[in-house]
Amino acid sequence: MEPVNMESMGHPEIYPLVLTTKTQEIFNCRIDEDVTDEQPYKLINKVDIFEDLRNRAAVSDFHPVKKIVQEYPGNELLLVYDKDFKYGLNFYLIGTEEGKENYLNPPEVPEEQEEYKEHIPEDVYVYKPPVSKPWVSLGSEKEIEEESVMESTKQITYMISQKRSEFGAPVKFSDQNASSVKDAYIECTAYPDKNFTLKQLEKDVSMQVIPQIKDTSTQTEWTYPKNATTQYYPREFSEEEKETLKQSKPLVDFLNNASISVEIALQQNEIMNTFIDDWKYLAEEEGTFGDKTDTHLKEYQSFTDLHSPTEKMITCVSWHPTIYGLIAVSVAVRLSFEDRVYFSGKLLLQPSLILFWSFSDPIHPQLMLESPDDIFCFKFCPSDPNIIAGGCINGQIVLWDITAHADRIENIKAGDSRSKKATLKPMFLLEPESNTEAMYIRHCAVSSIESGHKKVITDIHWLSDTFEINRMGSVFENRSGICCQLVTCSADCTICFWDIRPQKPLTPQTTEKKKEESIEIPFDVPSTFLHLDLSWKPLSKIRLSKGETSLDYCPTRISLNEDHLLYKTEDKTLTQSKIVKTGEMNPYHNLESGMANLLKPIDDFCTKFFVGTEDGEVIYTDWKMKKDSETGRLMPKKPVSIHTIHDGTVHTVQRSPFYNDIILTVGGWNMAIWKEGVMTGPLLQSCCAPKMYTSGHWSLTRPGVFYIGREDGYIDIWDLLEKTHEPAQSQNICITMITYIKPWIFSAKQQFIAIADYYGTLRILEIPWTLSRPSTNEMTSVNHYFEREVKHLEYVEQRKNIREQEKKEMELEMEKKKI
Amino acid sequence: MNKWTNTGQEPEPLPSSVPGPTATDLGEPQAEVEETLKRIQSHKGVIGTVVVNAEGIPIRTTLDNSTTVQYAGLLHQLTMKAKSTVRDIDPQNDLTFLRIRSKKHEIMVAPDKEYLLIVIQNPCE
Repeated sequence: MEPVNMESMGHPEIYPLVLTTKTQEIFNCRIDEDVTDEQPYKLINKVDIFEDLRNRAAVSDFHPVKKIVQEYPGNELLLVYDKDFKYGLNFYLIGTEEGKENYLNPPEVPEEQEEYKEHIPEDVYVYKPPVSKPWVSLGSEKEIEEESVMESTKQITYMISQKRSEFGAPVKFSDQNASSVKDAYIECTAYPDKNFTLKQLEKDVSMQVIPQIKDTSTQTEWTYPKNATTQYYPREFSEEEKETLKQSKPLVDFLNNASISVEIALQQNEIMNTFIDDWKYLAEEEGTFGDKTDTHLKEYQSFTDLHSPTEKMITCVSWHPTIYGLIAVSVAVRLSFEDRVYFSGKLLLQPSLILFWSFSDPIHPQLMLESPDDIFCFKFCPSDPNIIAGGCINGQIVLWDITAHADRIENIKAGDSRSKKATLKPMFLLEPESNTEAMYIRHCAVSSIESGHKKVITDIHWLSDTFEINRMGSVFENRSGICCQLVTCSADCTICFWDIRPQKPLTPQTTEKKKEESIEIPFDVPSTFLHLDLSWKPLSKIRLSKGETSLDYCPTRISLNEDHLLYKTEDKTLTQSKIVKTGEMNPYHNLESGMANLLKPIDDFCTKFFVGTEDGEVIYTDWKMKKDSETGRLMPKKPVSIHTIHDGTVHTVQRSPFYNDIILTVGGWNMAIWKEGVMTGPLLQSCCAPKMYTSGHWSLTRPGVFYIGREDGYIDIWDLLEKTHEPAQSQNICITMITYIKPWIFSAKQQFIAIADYYGTLRILEIPWTLSRPSTNEMTSVNHYFEREVKHLEYVEQRKNIREQEKKEMELEMEKKKI
Repeated sequence: MNKWTNTGQEPEPLPSSVPGPTATDLGEPQAEVEETLKRIQSHKGVIGTVVVNAEGIPIRTTLDNSTTVQYAGLLHQLTMKAKSTVRDIDPQNDLTFLRIRSKKHEIMVAPDKEYLLIVIQNPCE
């Protein structure tokens, strides 16, 4: 049986034993008697153990450790009492001397540790120097043995010897090719060793983006730039050069050659227009506004002056050129001449007015312009709609300047400015709610009574701002750029030209006279025309005399060449831009500034104009004066042509807005259309109408349409493309005579016609789509019609001549036969 | 020794097929110029005629000065451009006539080595 030692516990020398009490008695190691806590061990002789073993053999407690005891080198064995059964049994035997020694003389460490532990509560550390102890092998010498280098094999010794005589002998070197001799050299060739080739799988690269750059270079000849020429005006040939060139042969040849191809091209265009889109021209204008079948004028609004005590009639109507919905009418009392004389006292108390009506207020006029007497005709100045010129019944021209009230009428819809009450308003007609009251505006200037017209002014026109005339009637370029001249015709058989700019006084006396008679002007009257007031003389006077007799033609209407410009719709933007803008210096307030410029004559200006007279004649005359050789006075030229067509007063002489040379004259019971330049007669003359024609006007958008008002309140609408022998339409407007017709365009879709009647009511009607929209090619068709009529007249003339000749021939034959 | 003397006699005029002397036979080239231009101008719808030299300076015109100068300058440049275009495409080709059709009228240019004839016509009635 092998002794069990406590090797497992780290003490291979300890052999636990169980000692019975008998054994304890034998060896004198009885518990608590021989072995106590203080001395838990006992040294036992080896011999005694052997004796016990012999005595009790297997029963002996030392039997398991018998072998140990036998091998024990010393004499005494240590037996320890294991009180705590540390090793499992109550006693244990130390099997080695060392163990015995260790036990008997335990190393310092555990004692130190015990002492240290004992001393901890006392917190005093006592340094104990290390005590040398015998080296205990822990296996490190084995590692050293492994690491140490030792010769594994025995060293070999070589001994090499050579003959003594060969030492120091001269050496002979020779070349030898290494590759020729085998094994003469040993080389170590390089070879790619796969162990050393590395395949790079990752690479760190940085990048930067730059704009594309391209470098090119070239060689140039550098010269600094400098102006070779500077041209301010186009190069032109002088007249002589042109003449010489004209005679050069190359030019002649060139023209001959070129004209052939040019004429071919021209003829091609004349034959046919190849670029016409036939489909487009097939269809009429689309997008009609409103009913196409509706051809009647629709009533839009009507204005009546309710506040006037006497019955008035409207003599002239004019739309405001720029402001929408503003229309001005001049009213006059409806009395015959005798009645006027009879009631002259009463008439003086009532002011004669021009009323400004606005669409927004049908009862109260916006402005009332006062004049010394009844106005029979008036016109807005084309270049400044705040200037109004009117012709009076007494032969005076009256000028108004409403610049001060311009903003009032411009913002009519707002209308909340209070003003002085009109003293003439009857009290019962005043409405307490109304707060817009009309302003009375006094006239600015009147013309001189002595040197002006003696009878009623029947027509007044502003001359266009493109030209001006002087005393002789010669035409010059307009110096001021504004309309500054007027032309009037009156029942005293004269036509006068007026200039609103201050005239240089001929004699200094007049200025003195003016100073004496300085009349105080009311403060609210602008001083624009102060220089003209009561001293305004006409520039030139033309008397329409009938030649030898004292009877003269009494003009009622005139029509100048330039009038149509004011009606033309395309030029409306031009005229609007010419109109003075507020804020800038109003040229009308500084009329003298234009006078300093030199007069530049205009050549080829047609100074002829049409005049309609009271007796129904249409006169085509010239306003240029010629110097009479005998008397030296300025005499008007004789009229170019006179035609008596109408049976009554000609009250409309108007140029067509589309054709500069087509004039419409309406008077008596018929109307006529004339072409300027055709002296033989009118192109078209209507037959006598059942009712007298009292007013007329061209349509502003349709070239072949015009309106004629009758004395029974009907309006005849003529369409030259539809019927030329009678009006296309007739519509009843009012019960009394129509005194004035004035159409006006507000927009492409809205056209109004203002119709004034004898009873003082102004009606605004809307022109339907069919009457306002021209059909395609209407202008060319109407043009064709007029050309045909011209040819017809020429043919008639020719026939007349032929007939005359035939007549003469017949008479001659008759004469011959007689004989 | 033949001496040629002037007998003072004019040779008889050959019978010509052209009936009667015209302005050209009389040797008045400027009258011919006028006549040609008048003939062109009298065509229907012709608004104006301008004859321009090689540098773009107008020689004869029926329009007013400023319009003439404008037409001459602009159309001269355009004709040069058109001519160079035609010749670039085919060097043996050359510009014979240039017609510009616009909304309002048609401008016809007949180019030559030294001169330019410009005619403006309103083709529509």
